[in-house]
Amino acid sequence: MPTIQLFEYLLRLGDNCLILSQRLSEWCGHGPVLEEDIALTNIALDLLGHARFWLSYAGEVEGAGRDEDKLAFLRDAGQFRNVLLVEQPNGDYAMTTARQFFFDAWHLHLLNALGRSSDSRVAAIAEKAAKEVTYHLERSTDWVIRLGDGTPESHRRMQAAVDEMWIYTGELFEMDAVDVEMVQSGIGVDLATLQSRWTEHVEKTFGEATLQIPAENWMQQGGKRGLHGEKLGYLLAEMQFLQRAYPGAQW
Amino acid sequence: MNDWPLWEVFIRSQHGLAHKHAGSLHAPDAEMAIKNARDVYTRRNEGVSIWVVKSSDITASSPGEKEPLFEPANSKVYRHPTFYDVPEEVKNL
Repeated sequence: MPTIQLFEYLLRLGDNCLILSQRLSEWCGHGPVLEEDIALTNIALDLLGHARFWLSYAGEVEGAGRDEDKLAFLRDAGQFRNVLLVEQPNGDYAMTTARQFFFDAWHLHLLNALGRSSDSRVAAIAEKAAKEVTYHLERSTDWVIRLGDGTPESHRRMQAAVDEMWIYTGELFEMDAVDVEMVQSGIGVDLATLQSRWTEHVEKTFGEATLQIPAENWMQQGGKRGLHGEKLGYLLAEMQFLQRAYPGAQW
Repeated sequence: MNDWPLWEVFIRSQHGLAHKHAGSLHAPDAEMAIKNARDVYTRRNEGVSIWVVKSSDITASSPGEKEPLFEPANSKVYRHPTFYDVPEEVKNL
């Protein structure tokens, strides 16, 4: 099994967690209430922990002397492999909630499947992360229901957020050559098999939340191949500033 | 969010101990109050169980009644279990 494919696969897993963690961190000190501020930053820290595991392993697999920090802070946007969904800006609380809900519902099934990976390190990381992500999904599901089935204003905003984020959900299940290679070697997951369970959870939640599944079928793709939106550049500029301006700085 | 009710949070730190008041927080309903309590009060592994109760459902003694409520106990030192030795092995008495 070619090392480059596994490296690529681990980058995708790590970058999803890293970029979403950074987005959630932007809420720190700006949450609508103290309780939500702490909850979101907790989740950001969970995801940062997962990112560290994946990127450390990626660095070892690559064998070019890049550790988790070099991979996080010294790559440009075109070298990031996260799905487009996680880089979307926070927007209002409904936008942040919709993004989190779509991601969590996919992330949990992905990790559960990766827990059976033939690569024992991948399986161990996935198993550990799945415990935390189980809580993430419970929480984001609760919020979708409360905002969707809340006041007319919260319902309107939640539906608008779902409509806005919807076109980024297709990429979650897209299979390319790297994914196929990983499935064949027993390391990775056939993403297409996750879709029915994801859809089932989304439909059930939207039913309770009185939200409509968008009719739009066209899906935006490219993040996994390094084709990102402009806004990722701003995110990286903030996240990477210190290491770029003061290379090797430590505290 | 200002109309979210206030909840009192009680955490059991380990099995065998009683739930102890940890603090209070705002949440739209009981289920979210438990989740918020988990995030606000058990971040450092403090708990094995959480109770939440609406602050408005708690009936509290009035500070003005301090004397009639508590004064009579002041002079009754014999009610304190201080007249026997507690073995060292007994924890959490």
